[in-house]
Amino acid sequence: MASTAIRVLLAKVGLDGHDRGIKVVARTLRDAGMDVVYSGLHRTPEEVVIAAVQEDVDILGVSLLSGVQLTVFPKIFALLKEKNVNDLIVVAGGVMPDEDVVAIKKMGVALVMLQDTPPKEIIASLQQLVAERGPR
Amino acid sequence: MAAYVPSHELIEHIESGQTWAIARMITRAEAGATEAREAIGEIYRKAGRAHIIGITGVPGSGKSTLVNKLAEKLRQNGRTIAIVAIDPSSPYSGGSILGDRIRMADLVLDPGVFIRSMATRGAVGGMAHCALDVVDILDVAGFDTIIIETVGVGQDEVEIAHAAHTTVVVSAPGLGDEIQAIKAGILEIADIHVVSKCDRGDANRCLTDLKMMLKDGLGSSGIDHWHPPVIGISSYADEGFEALIEALAAHKDSSVNSQRREDIARFRLSKAAETLLLEEFRNFLDITASAQKLAARKGDPYSLALSLIEDFKNENT
Repeated sequence: MASTAIRVLLAKVGLDGHDRGIKVVARTLRDAGMDVVYSGLHRTPEEVVIAAVQEDVDILGVSLLSGVQLTVFPKIFALLKEKNVNDLIVVAGGVMPDEDVVAIKKMGVALVMLQDTPPKEIIASLQQLVAERGPR
Repeated sequence: MAAYVPSHELIEHIESGQTWAIARMITRAEAGATEAREAIGEIYRKAGRAHIIGITGVPGSGKSTLVNKLAEKLRQNGRTIAIVAIDPSSPYSGGSILGDRIRMADLVLDPGVFIRSMATRGAVGGMAHCALDVVDILDVAGFDTIIIETVGVGQDEVEIAHAAHTTVVVSAPGLGDEIQAIKAGILEIADIHVVSKCDRGDANRCLTDLKMMLKDGLGSSGIDHWHPPVIGISSYADEGFEALIEALAAHKDSSVNSQRREDIARFRLSKAAETLLLEEFRNFLDITASAQKLAARKGDPYSLALSLIEDFKNENT
């Protein structure tokens, strides 16, 4: 019964009630055989990081449609550093300006998937990121 | 946690309560990694201190919400809590959406609480295959109470009763009449009955049905001196939890004895043997030829299965 399904935490952070997208992504990843933990709405960066560590997920995916990416990601990465977590893959999804995409990638976000990303591409990209990281 | 840490080296970090080590070991137990088996064995030998509570009930009966509130109250009494929340895997893709955490948001920031979501991965008894290994890891990590929340179950998934010290069956009002209450199966395994959503008007009916069932001598959990109480709770109105906590403590004192521990060990042992045997059998097995015979009605399921087992036995002697 050995199995190594990719584990993903999908999170909504802050005052952002738009969860249609994240639910579609959750189902997409489920149908690709991944275990998807969903945080629910209105979480804080701290709650998300604690959940990511306890759930030992391969990938933390943060969905943002409220424009707070430049506030949220510095907090998330500071908390990860504080907790000595350095093998977690952090990705982002949602709608944001191009210059913000560049900025959060600089902070350490491995991948930003905007609103027009096809589901197949999301699956393939995540699988590739986990394969590149290697066993843990 | 940058480089790969071998499982046996994780044990000391688990014993000192390091969240990352606990979490990583659970991942390896879940993956069934051969590398981890020896360490999990060592962890088993060190475990055995925590009170293990199983919470089960139909989907939507309020298990996660109850666990959230129960854990909050137990924390106020100074106990540390680990929660294993199980949700179903897809029978098609093998993937899952694990959403129990959403209802446990109040607990996340408390360092005395550890929550882990798990998928069933094809296990049918309401629990995941390795859930008990996970419980041992959490036990060794020092949590006083470990709560296993099963998947939403139907009428027949009773495995939790063989594995937990104390089994709580959650019933919700409005789902059936008194005939449902006297059927065999899930209601029989309760050490404690909880009726959830007691802020609703029809909850009294459900409480009465369960109490009647118990009065008629049905639904005892098989222990002579313990009579399962029926407790109404409302997570919404914050009612009934003191009674539940008292009942949990009373059950632990009166019924979690050496006999109970031996029963659980018996279940563990046969489960482990079953798992290993099945693994070996499946590795050995090529059923294509037999399946083709069966499809063509040139054999029957029992004879063909028996001859597969014969081949397997001969291979192993």
